[in-house]
Amino acid sequence: MDNVQVRKHVLDIIADVALDDDVTTIDDAVALRDQLDLDSMDFLDIVMELKKRHKIIVPQEDYPQLASMQSCVDYLGPKFTALA
Amino acid sequence: MKYDAIIIGAGMSGMAAAIRLAMFDKKVLLLEKHVITGGLNSYYKRAKRDFDVGLHALTNYMEKGERRKPLATLLKQLRIPYDSLELSPQRHSKIIFPEKTLTFTNDLNELVEDIAIHFPNQIDGLTKLIAHINEFNETALDNEHVLAKDVVRRYISNEELLEMIFCPLLIYGSAWENDMDFSQFVIMFKSIYMEGFSRPKGGVRTIINLLLNKLETLGCEVRFRSEVIKIETKNEKIKGVHLKNGDFIEADLVISSMGLPETLSVVETEKELPTARTGKMTFTESILILDKFPKDFGVDTTIAFFNDRPKYLYRQPSDFYDPASAVICLPNNFVHNDFEDGWVRITNMANFNKWNEFTKDEYRAHKELVFQNACKLTKKILPSWNEEVVYKDIFSPTTIKKYTSHFGGTVYGSTDKSRDGSTAIKGLVICGTDQGFLGIVGSMLSGISMANLYGLMD
Repeated sequence: MDNVQVRKHVLDIIADVALDDDVTTIDDAVALRDQLDLDSMDFLDIVMELKKRHKIIVPQEDYPQLASMQSCVDYLGPKFTALA
Repeated sequence: MKYDAIIIGAGMSGMAAAIRLAMFDKKVLLLEKHVITGGLNSYYKRAKRDFDVGLHALTNYMEKGERRKPLATLLKQLRIPYDSLELSPQRHSKIIFPEKTLTFTNDLNELVEDIAIHFPNQIDGLTKLIAHINEFNETALDNEHVLAKDVVRRYISNEELLEMIFCPLLIYGSAWENDMDFSQFVIMFKSIYMEGFSRPKGGVRTIINLLLNKLETLGCEVRFRSEVIKIETKNEKIKGVHLKNGDFIEADLVISSMGLPETLSVVETEKELPTARTGKMTFTESILILDKFPKDFGVDTTIAFFNDRPKYLYRQPSDFYDPASAVICLPNNFVHNDFEDGWVRITNMANFNKWNEFTKDEYRAHKELVFQNACKLTKKILPSWNEEVVYKDIFSPTTIKKYTSHFGGTVYGSTDKSRDGSTAIKGLVICGTDQGFLGIVGSMLSGISMANLYGLMD
């Protein structure tokens, strides 16, 4: 799976979790928390949606890897590929 | 058949908990004793009109797009778009005491300015109190229990002002008489004075319908007319629940919104469990339908917190109700009025035992006395009111008991709260008012937090 597809999967989840935010203008290099109304409860939802939709498990110590869109793609890319 | 979780009670907290668990594919059963949802916050139809029960106003108002707000958290967790509530903010509310009246809006600065006019020497203390409130983490589940008045007196030396500040906060949520836990004070202060009041278009049923639609979309099983009469345990661990119809349903997690003493009263264990006290705060409410809107009588106040004594007595009255203190809600006076009639809702503190002991005739006669006093209060708030009442309805503490099954008809539950939701039984969790978050927003956040903590985080 290429990075564009991984980004799309992550973006779909973020769009559902932060449902009142505009996710079309996300700057991939900037922390999601600084651009969207996301708190720790919402990050937990992102983790749970990854498990529910894609069977991807993110252990708690790896949560910081989900900080920005770029870090999400870097971290999750190999996990999506492993599933494909 | 075994469920991942059983939720007892389809009120705001129970529905929110069920939605969270169902959202992540848990097998959830939501049980409700009555035929409709909502619990303490519900609605009914009479004389072709829609009546709200419970909710005067939604607290924690926010504009769309505001960040890090409890209401935003709640909506995101339940995946409900902000716009679907169609919130209409309050115009202004008043705290009316014998000597002074304070006005507040959804902008804290307006209250501060009004206090500066009436209590000029208290402003420095107030500013420091607000700074302390801003820094305080009120939702931490391990905050120590401190009485709020002891803390607030360090900043506010004028007792009249202190009583006026506490008045709306106590009557909109305290299970304790005359005081509350400081964490709860901060929750209430932020939700009422800093964020403020609004009304969803259509009232409480709009929220209930949104929750019901979510439950349906998620395929969550809801059973009505299903009263839990026994919670079965083994070795202090949950086994399941017994329904009145004889069914036994198994689950590893039971989240109960029945109330703490009410839940404990149906738990069957080998060992005796600690009991929880029944709260004393219950109310009467008089609903008057007028042939004109309050604004036609020159009044655009949304809510008036009325107190006719120098001190504010928030406690169980010794008589059947307290006529000297009331909350008067004028729901037409949110920014958008969505009613065809004029409405006045008047809430008085009341004594459950007195109402419970009345004979049928006495009950009716005392309801009439409460109504007559409500008319007097209406006249006080709307001095040019024409005294026309198109329709009226009055409910009492025993009405509340009947519909909520709360011991003593309590509205804010027990004075014993389970802040982290835990009980002596593994897998039995408390949500709703006895977990200690307050108001409609608080109750839904309670259901969400308990579902997250005990049902979703492994």
